[in-house]
Amino acid sequence: MNLAAAHPGFLSPTGVEVAFVLVGLATLGAALLTVTTRQLVHAALWLVVALGGLAVEYLLLTAEFIAWVQVLIYVGSVVVLLLFGLMLTKAPIGRSPDADSGNRWVALAVAVAAAGTLVWVVVDAFRTTWIDLGGPAQGSTEVTGAILFRHWVLPFEALSVLLLAALVGAIVLSKRTGRER
Amino acid sequence: MDSTLDVVLRLVAVLVVFLVLPLVVGQTEHKVMAHMQGRLGPMYAGGFHGWAQLVADGVKFAQKEDVVPAAADRRVFQLAPAVALLPYLLVLIAIPVGPHGFVGEAVDAGLFFVLAVMGVGVLGSLMAGWASANKFSLLGGVRTAAQLMAYEVPMLLTAASVAMAAGTVSLPGILDAFHWWWIPWQIVGGLVFFTAGLAELQRPPFDMPVADSEIIFGAYTEYTGLRFALFLLAEYAGIVVLCALTAVLFLGGWHGPMSGSLGWLWTLVKTGLLAFVVIWLRVSYPRLREDQLQKLAWTILIPLSLAQIALTGVVKVVIS
Repeated sequence: MNLAAAHPGFLSPTGVEVAFVLVGLATLGAALLTVTTRQLVHAALWLVVALGGLAVEYLLLTAEFIAWVQVLIYVGSVVVLLLFGLMLTKAPIGRSPDADSGNRWVALAVAVAAAGTLVWVVVDAFRTTWIDLGGPAQGSTEVTGAILFRHWVLPFEALSVLLLAALVGAIVLSKRTGRER
Repeated sequence: MDSTLDVVLRLVAVLVVFLVLPLVVGQTEHKVMAHMQGRLGPMYAGGFHGWAQLVADGVKFAQKEDVVPAAADRRVFQLAPAVALLPYLLVLIAIPVGPHGFVGEAVDAGLFFVLAVMGVGVLGSLMAGWASANKFSLLGGVRTAAQLMAYEVPMLLTAASVAMAAGTVSLPGILDAFHWWWIPWQIVGGLVFFTAGLAELQRPPFDMPVADSEIIFGAYTEYTGLRFALFLLAEYAGIVVLCALTAVLFLGGWHGPMSGSLGWLWTLVKTGLLAFVVIWLRVSYPRLREDQLQKLAWTILIPLSLAQIALTGVVKVVIS
């Protein structure tokens, strides 16, 4: 990463940067459709597009490992789980008139606030830092693994314990049988 | 210019493999099943032992009317076959065939790439199951999803075991690190991976999602013509991908006598043998019931794959 002195500027974008912005717009569009469409299953499918677009963004940033994990976990498992849940409900073909919870404006406010906070934090954290995409891949599996297990071992382990607790909790909750009710 | 030509040639080669090998597996299935059941199988199309049967089938499928049910969700219904088929084409790009860069495109995190993209293919079945607006299709879709969630876990765990053994997640890298004694070392993982892969492809004996005696043809019930053919092609492409992947991860891929010049042949032979086993299992095992399916995954395959990971870790620490 170079400092501001070697800043290439925004006025002559490279192909990768143009692609990054375009994919970002497509992802944003898919995300908007996810929350605005009145057809439940379509919302889940637009979510696939949004999550896939995010994976492409990771790829463009040369974070290949993160990109594939994104596809594996979110598209391959979370969305399948979501669709599985939807299929067990009466998700109809066509519009579901009761799909609107009535919290439209509150949700919008929360979303805008969350997006604002995130954008502000990222912008403030990186400022004029420039990632050189031309060199050796900075997000390869080896680099990601080394950083994760050298600098971030403690948060990683804390997360593992958290997930384990969630797993045990899920088992305990689902074990509760009819006679206790 | 040379590198562009190189990339184009590699992609064309992958496309040709993608179009030819599934058909070869399909024709082999016709003949092998027939002989295992004491009959001849296709004998007339094309003359010699009915070699052109699948071509004739393809022509037949192309001639049929492409029906979309009136109550179906048109766009999702029409998109589903492509979503089911294309991931397998993408996966083939990353599978190494021989030594010295004999691969469509060497992906750095190749193992994750193939498993992630293979998981996407199942979305096609789910979309088909829901969009058909047919209760049998919906049941098929629900069963597909339940089966995928159960069998994805052991598949990932055993693949992780190989990655631990090799110290890399790149498929050519895994093959470079391969030694013959990996086969007995990873044999349990290999069996679990292959079984879970069969379940993910919904091949017999794990074909509960398309069980024809209960739910007609599951998620594909409403499909006709070319779109139905694409689903069938996806199944056979899936067999090719699963067998090639098992061969690469657990059987040493191109390793074998004279692997320098004949490496690609070894990969093909191992893939072909595994594909034969897939067909053999279809003929010899009855279909597992839904609860048996889930039980097999959660109580047998997952503990076995965890044990394999523990064994891999212990051996890895001992020899390093």
